[in-house]
Amino acid sequence: MAAPALLAAGVGRRFLGRWAVRNVSFELPTGALLLVHGANGAGKTTLLRVLASALSPTEGSVSVFGGTPSGARARVSLLSHADGHYDELSGRDNLEAARRLGNLTGNVGEVLARVGLATRADDPVRQYSAGMRKRLAFARVLLKSPALALFDEPYAALDADGHVLVDTLFRELHAAGTTLVVSTHQVGRVAPISTHTAELASGRLVAFGRAGTDAPGEPVSTALPTGNLAEERP
Amino acid sequence: MKEILRQCTLVVRKELLHLWRGRARLVATAAFAFANLVVFSFAGGLHSEALRTNAAGFLWVGILLASTLALGESFRVEVQNNALEAMLLLPVHPAAIFYGKAIGNLVLLTLVGMVMIPFSVVLFDATPAGGLGRLFLTIPFGAAAISAPGTMHAALSSRARSRDVLLPLLLFPLVVPGLVAAVQATQLGFVGDAMGDYGDWLTVLAGFCVVQWGLGGLLFSFVVEE
Repeated sequence: MAAPALLAAGVGRRFLGRWAVRNVSFELPTGALLLVHGANGAGKTTLLRVLASALSPTEGSVSVFGGTPSGARARVSLLSHADGHYDELSGRDNLEAARRLGNLTGNVGEVLARVGLATRADDPVRQYSAGMRKRLAFARVLLKSPALALFDEPYAALDADGHVLVDTLFRELHAAGTTLVVSTHQVGRVAPISTHTAELASGRLVAFGRAGTDAPGEPVSTALPTGNLAEERP
Repeated sequence: MKEILRQCTLVVRKELLHLWRGRARLVATAAFAFANLVVFSFAGGLHSEALRTNAAGFLWVGILLASTLALGESFRVEVQNNALEAMLLLPVHPAAIFYGKAIGNLVLLTLVGMVMIPFSVVLFDATPAGGLGRLFLTIPFGAAAISAPGTMHAALSSRARSRDVLLPLLLFPLVVPGLVAAVQATQLGFVGDAMGDYGDWLTVLAGFCVVQWGLGGLLFSFVVEE
C-alpha cells in the first residue's frame, strides 16, 4: 500500500512560549485536495509551513510520501504569504534562477504565459503589483511540477480574473494527480473541488474528514485541553 | 559534492546578476568607503606623516565599515520576501548558498577595495614604494577575510530587530586577526618590503581565510535551517 501524501502525528509548533499549533494529527492520501480553514490566528499558516518543512515541529512528526519533510522538498511546493522573489530581478530571471537551482523541468516561458505575465516577464519584480507578484509565485509552483503543493491564502491580492485562474489551476493540478493543501478564507471557491476538509481553531484541529460527509470528525486532535491556546505558556 | 558545486555556481551567478541589476548597493558601499577615507584623512591632519604610516590601516578600516552595508543588504534581500527560504525549499544545499553569497560579497568588496587604492594614494599621500602589484594582490585576500565571516553573521543577524547594530558587533572582533594581516601586507605594499615579510603576512591572511571559509560552509546550515 502506498504511503499517504501527508501524515501528521501530534504536530505542535511553539513560538517563544506560545503554541501556534498543537496536537494536530491527520492522514491525507495521495491525490487528495485538502481545504484548510479557520479564523485568523487559528494556526493555518504555521501548519502549512511545518508540513512543507519550512518550520520544524516543536513536537510530533510529519511524514511526506513516507519520508521526512526535508527529504521530500524536491517534490513539494509551498506558496506562502511571502512570495520568495528578488525585487531587483525580473520575473523571468527569478524563475530561471529557480529552474536552474532546483533542476526543474518546467518551461519558464510557458508558465509565465499560463499565469498571464508573458508581457511583463522582463520587468523587475519591484515594478509588479501585489497581484502580479502572486501570479509569479503561482508560476514558480507550476515550474516545479510538485507532487504535493501547499497554498496559503492563494486568492489574496488577486483580481476576479486571478481568482478564476487559481480555480482553474487547482482543477488542473488536482486532475493531474497532485496532492493539494489549500488554506483559505474563500471556502466557497475551493469546497466544491476539495476531497477533504480540515478546520483549525486556536491552533487545534477541531475537524478533519472527507468533504461532503455529515460527520467530518475523524481523525481529530486527541486529548484537547480546554482554554485558549494562544494564552498557553509552557 | 558535484551538485553542491553546481548549485554554488548558480547562486554566484544569481548574486552577480542581482548586484548588477541593483547597482545602488555597489555604489553605496564604495561611496561609504570613500567617505570613511576622506574623514580619516582630515582626522589624521593634512600632509601629516601619521597619514602615510597608517594609510593601510585607514584603508582597511574604511573597507570594513563599508562592508557592513553590503553584507547587511545582501541578506536583507533574502529575508525581505523569504527568498532564502524559497531557495532552501527548492531544495538548495545550505553550503551552496553560503559559498555563493560569500563569493558574491567577495567580488563586491574586492571591487570596492580596488577602487579605494588610488584614493588612498592621493588622500594619504602614500605612494606605493614597490608599485601597485602587492596592493592589488592583497585586496582580494583581505576581502575574503571579511566576506566569509561577514556572510555568516549577516545571515545570523538578518532576522534580528537590531540587525544593523548586531552585525558589526559580531563581525568586527572576529575579523581582527585577518584585518591585522591585511593591514600589514598592505602597509608593506605602500612602504616597500625591505625585510621580505610580505609573503608571511599574506600566508597568515590566507590561513585565516581558509579557516573562516571552511567553518562557514560547515556551520551555515545551523544558521538558516529551522
